[in-house]
Amino acid sequence: MSAVRAARRSRGTGVPLPLMVPAAIAAAFLILPLAGLLVRAPWGDLPAQLAEPAVGEALRLSLVSATLATAVSLLLGVPLAWVLARSQARGRSVLRALVTVPLVLPPVVGGVALFLVLGRQGIVGRWLDETFGVTIPFTTTAVVLAQTFVAMPFLVVSVEGALRAADARFEDAAATLGADRWMTFRRVTLPLVAPGIVAGGVLCWARALGEFGATITFAGNFPGTTQTMPLAVYLALQRDPDAAIVLSLVLLTVSLATLLLLRDRWLSRSGAAA
Amino acid sequence: MTLTADVRVARGPLAVDLAVEVADGEVLAVLGPNGAGKSTLLRVLAGLLPPDGGRVVVDGDRVWDDVAAGVHLPAHARRLGMVFQDHLLFPHLSAVDNVAFGLRTRRVPKAAARAAAGDWLARVGLEGLGNRRPGQLSGGQAQRAALARALVGDPAVLLLDEPLSALDARTRLTVRAELRRHLAEFGGSTVLVTHDPVDAMALADRVVVVEQGRVVQAGTPADVSRHPRTDYVARLVGLALLPGTGAGGTVRLDGGGTVAVAEETAGPVFVAVRPESVALYLSAPHGSPRNVWPARLVSATPHGATVRCELDGEVPLVADVTATAFAELGLAPGSAVWATVKASEVAVYAR
Amino acid sequence: MCGALSARVPQMRRTSLLLTAALVLAGCGGTANGGSNQGAGAGGTLTVFAAASLTDVFDSLGGRFRQEHPGVDLRISYGGSSSLAAAIVQGAPVDVFASANAAQMDVVAGEGLAGEPAVFAANVLEIAVPPGNPAGITGLADFAREELTLAVCAPEVPCGAAAEEVFAAAGVAARPDTQEEDVRSALLKAELGEVDAALVYASDVDSRGTLVEGIAFPEAERAVNDYPICTLADAPNPGAAQAFVDLVLSEEGQRVLADAGFRTP
Repeated sequence: MSAVRAARRSRGTGVPLPLMVPAAIAAAFLILPLAGLLVRAPWGDLPAQLAEPAVGEALRLSLVSATLATAVSLLLGVPLAWVLARSQARGRSVLRALVTVPLVLPPVVGGVALFLVLGRQGIVGRWLDETFGVTIPFTTTAVVLAQTFVAMPFLVVSVEGALRAADARFEDAAATLGADRWMTFRRVTLPLVAPGIVAGGVLCWARALGEFGATITFAGNFPGTTQTMPLAVYLALQRDPDAAIVLSLVLLTVSLATLLLLRDRWLSRSGAAA
Repeated sequence: MTLTADVRVARGPLAVDLAVEVADGEVLAVLGPNGAGKSTLLRVLAGLLPPDGGRVVVDGDRVWDDVAAGVHLPAHARRLGMVFQDHLLFPHLSAVDNVAFGLRTRRVPKAAARAAAGDWLARVGLEGLGNRRPGQLSGGQAQRAALARALVGDPAVLLLDEPLSALDARTRLTVRAELRRHLAEFGGSTVLVTHDPVDAMALADRVVVVEQGRVVQAGTPADVSRHPRTDYVARLVGLALLPGTGAGGTVRLDGGGTVAVAEETAGPVFVAVRPESVALYLSAPHGSPRNVWPARLVSATPHGATVRCELDGEVPLVADVTATAFAELGLAPGSAVWATVKASEVAVYAR
Repeated sequence: MCGALSARVPQMRRTSLLLTAALVLAGCGGTANGGSNQGAGAGGTLTVFAAASLTDVFDSLGGRFRQEHPGVDLRISYGGSSSLAAAIVQGAPVDVFASANAAQMDVVAGEGLAGEPAVFAANVLEIAVPPGNPAGITGLADFAREELTLAVCAPEVPCGAAAEEVFAAAGVAARPDTQEEDVRSALLKAELGEVDAALVYASDVDSRGTLVEGIAFPEAERAVNDYPICTLADAPNPGAAQAFVDLVLSEEGQRVLADAGFRTP
């Protein structure tokens, strides 16, 4: 084992050319637009833009709503992924295809679809309105729902993949040790696929943070209640592209910082436990 | 707490129909080639696979399966322990938490469960390694921990699914010897599934040989190897496994006589002799350094081009000779012969 | 599209062009815009950038144009006027620009890129309500009612700027629930019945037929929005460009505009 590891380390940088070239192109393709934003950014305007209360408001709303959307996705998406990966229920493959529909649906269409279900005139929304006097569109709740709709499939797909890759015989072993299916799920399956859940959660959060189309359609755009950063960026672009670039950079910086912080904390925790 | 099982279950093209009975403290080896239905039987006994028909009953516990009565006790409700081929220790838990798992699921308080788990780790020789993750244990250590995990809950039935086959040859010898010791101490019924006749001979009180979902032969290991009923069984379990005590290049057999071996040994061992390495002569051969014993031919059973000869004497052996040689020697039950085996063809296992 | 655009753009401008081009793409609603940099002439490609509110009118006039000039490959790209103007400033190879307001035409003119802009239409705000007007909207003052769900355009886009003007003129403290990113999206919400009223352009209400109802109000006169059109100074296909502008300004073009709810000069 240690010999293999040592050998691997010594070859650490030896990336074969057929991989190196496309990898470099891919990295450049993904990173250069960001570099473009950095080069083009009106750095002088930055402090003034950051001081704008509307910017802070949009940023706060973005972080809160994306985090709530991720929490909802985890709560509902992980069990759904389990059902897709483990249950013998009929029509699983149909269900799987349907669940990933939001991935291919243009988000604006997703927003309209949410109206048709949860809007004032929607199937469920009308009932909510008549029974409880609750209307969802144009509220922060609508932002969270729109983001959840678009982002949850990323979590489900990623967790389902992790569940399929995980050895189901561990669950057999747990059963022979007296654990029923629920306890097996909590004590064995969940820890086994934790890395997949974290990866899916990060993907979900990032997608929710950048969500635009479904949000602006279903939740509308109003500063303080429904205007998230991507909406603020889009509208700033209509009037002042420089301001839009600054806003984009703020969003990028905050999301990158959050992800790096999470990664560090998560890595150090698993390191300490090992 | 006798385990009585009569299991019918279809696995793809294979129709498994097996009946086994294992008494308290008894070890039953289920021996057979891959795909014979051995592991399917074990999964049914474990409750991981509901049978299509039949019953699984453990004396002194609830009825585990009774298809006619619509009874199927799920795995987690059965008092059993199971050891898998590749240990399947939970990678996210330390060794001690793995062993404690079965107690925690049965609502033993955490401290008590960990204490009991620590005791069991010590019993299987893993004292001080309780905090390691499975990834930090060697293959042999992991399989020992898996055995502790299966036994810690004091199960009525212990199921062993190819417990040694993932281990390298050297580790297999030591773990097999330890397993033998733990099985001797275990009061419940044990079912050992293996494709390795040495495991069956060394560990089991009784053997059932399974082919294509059916029992083709059952009996004590010695019985089965002496009177194989099919060619397959003859090929599989011709081995004579003789207990003895090693002393340098020789082993003094418990039943009398000595065997010269090629390697240095010490302490309690098994000597294993394959029937094809036993040669028969009418007079005592001289010269080459080999084991020579006088014997009497008890029975002879033809299998294809060879004849399986059961020999009685100071050292009980089984020999395979060609049908031609058998005829040329003019052998018949009751004949006096000399049996010889090269020292290099005698295998020695610690026990 | 990006490739065709960037071919004519100085290096230093590329970064922000990409940004703008992406927006134009997002707004152009499926009409392909293959900005050609091949030689112009009687035939060739004619690229028109037009405000999204002109979609129906220009599609109709475009059909006419194609009949009259079968040799010309006409491509019309629709989008928000500000996005289109930004793309032109960044060097997009465009022949004709039709803006939904004077401000964005000034952006292009300020760079010396516009020929001679001419106002060809005007638009006024109207209140769009779901069919049957369930909330009983009567005029602009209803936009101050807290209990209603109301949509206006975001102040960053022209119809939102116009909305602010009329509210100020009428002394109405508007309490909208959402500031939509463009007219069509505000209109969609009225169509779906998700808002009780949306403040949009009269031409947009007309374009949706019976799906929404329009309510005109007198304060709309305080924010009449002029639509200027021009051929661009470095149009790749100046001849065809002028022919298209002439068609829009012709009696026939003006009739189509009027039918669509625009005011004509």
